[in-house]
Amino acid sequence: MTAAPALYDVPGPRTRRRHALYGVLSTAVLLALLAWILYLLFHTGQFTATKWLPFEYQGIQLLLLRGLGNTLKAFAIAAVLSLALGGVLATGRLSDHRPVRALATLVVEFFRAMPVLVMIFFIFVALKVQPLPALVAGLTLYNGSVLAEVFRSGVHAVERGQREAAFALGMRKTQVMTHVLVPQAVRAMLPAIISQLVVALKDTSLGFLITYEEFLHAGKLIASNLDYDLPFIPVVMVISPIYIGMCMLLSWFAGWVSRREQRSPKTEAVAHAPAGPGALLPGGEPPMAPEP
Amino acid sequence: MNVLTDNFSAYGAGFLGTLELTVYASLLALALGFLMASFRVAPVGSLRIFGTAWVTVLRNTPLTLLFFAVLLGLPRFGLVLPFKVFAVLALGCYTSAFICEALRSGINTVPRGQGEAARSLGMTFGQALSLVVLPQAFRSVIPPVGSTLIALAKNSAIAGAFSVTELLGTYKTLNELGYNIVWTFVWIAVGYLIITLAISALFHALERRWGVAR
Repeated sequence: MTAAPALYDVPGPRTRRRHALYGVLSTAVLLALLAWILYLLFHTGQFTATKWLPFEYQGIQLLLLRGLGNTLKAFAIAAVLSLALGGVLATGRLSDHRPVRALATLVVEFFRAMPVLVMIFFIFVALKVQPLPALVAGLTLYNGSVLAEVFRSGVHAVERGQREAAFALGMRKTQVMTHVLVPQAVRAMLPAIISQLVVALKDTSLGFLITYEEFLHAGKLIASNLDYDLPFIPVVMVISPIYIGMCMLLSWFAGWVSRREQRSPKTEAVAHAPAGPGALLPGGEPPMAPEP
Repeated sequence: MNVLTDNFSAYGAGFLGTLELTVYASLLALALGFLMASFRVAPVGSLRIFGTAWVTVLRNTPLTLLFFAVLLGLPRFGLVLPFKVFAVLALGCYTSAFICEALRSGINTVPRGQGEAARSLGMTFGQALSLVVLPQAFRSVIPPVGSTLIALAKNSAIAGAFSVTELLGTYKTLNELGYNIVWTFVWIAVGYLIITLAISALFHALERRWGVAR
């Protein structure tokens, strides 16, 4: 409701009537669109009993569940490993030693610039790795690099006084990092970190393309079954709400954390990271100043 | 090196395919994103709901799932188009959600007083929009739109895996011809780097020309 404050004046009675008219018209158009889609679905026979029959069999339900399990397994492993890799690479980028810093920068920039799928295919085809390790390795390299940038920008976003005060108290650099900067940075960056995990969850579906037996793969198996009259649309209608729902849940969690953090006094000294998967896009330029 | 020189035409076709896909999908994404952003800031409730639903759903959809649904699903409705058009449709719709959010947050950075001042000078809605609000919003959306389009170029690799003529897809032919697979991928990577760096350079130039002075 409060969107775009600069655009409109407070509406008067006539404008309100006009807006109400637009509202009715656009609702009618959108409903007509919906009706047309439903008509198409019925017209092409997507709701016939044969096409929905497979979902009643236990074997097929188990197949779908196994696929979902494999998706979640890949996501869990990739998430843990990318957080670890992100931590390592961020440490490298924040190092006092120039060669370490240069190496970490090179790795981070390279893996952020490459399409994830090209890396996954490279590992799968050229290095002849099994699908699951290939998928996890590709996701880890990419998301780890992005997370490294998130961690680094978080540490840089902590108020300068915090670091100076810690050094003034006689702490060593490691102590300053582990006791003062990193706890505040991670707290403030939590929404961006979770949003990046949403990207990782979405990208597990790339496993479909290297024949990893994940959720989409299970769906494809059912959809190409001639006995049930190729139930492709029903499969999409079952799979996509589950997939999108999982991602939405995680995105919503990121937003919830972000709202909580904004109220928390523990992150006062850090600039906040916004939530939402758009916050740090794959391949996006990092929203921060270059290395001094 | 001879992997590239022997198969220059294959690489060239793939490179042009990726480029074509990127350009058309970018145009679609920019147009749709602009439309959805205007829906999301409209004073009409149902349009706002539609825009919000569009963005929320598409931002949380795995792109592979979208490709799967569009490339293999739309033909079930009797809609038979070349695969490339479907790929542009999937990529464009997916990216439009991100473009929409970039544009909307750009509009939201314009202070309320700017619009109020424009109206108090007697400007009409169209004038206030085109002379005051959008020029200022445009400045701050250049970097996020740039990074979104870079992401789009990278995501076009998924189309290659769905057998659209595209850079990543060239590895299959070259692999069958028995060329060194590592070098095959090195040149594919170089191709993507050329495209993403070009987009990055373009948006840096735009930013230098029109961006917010910092």
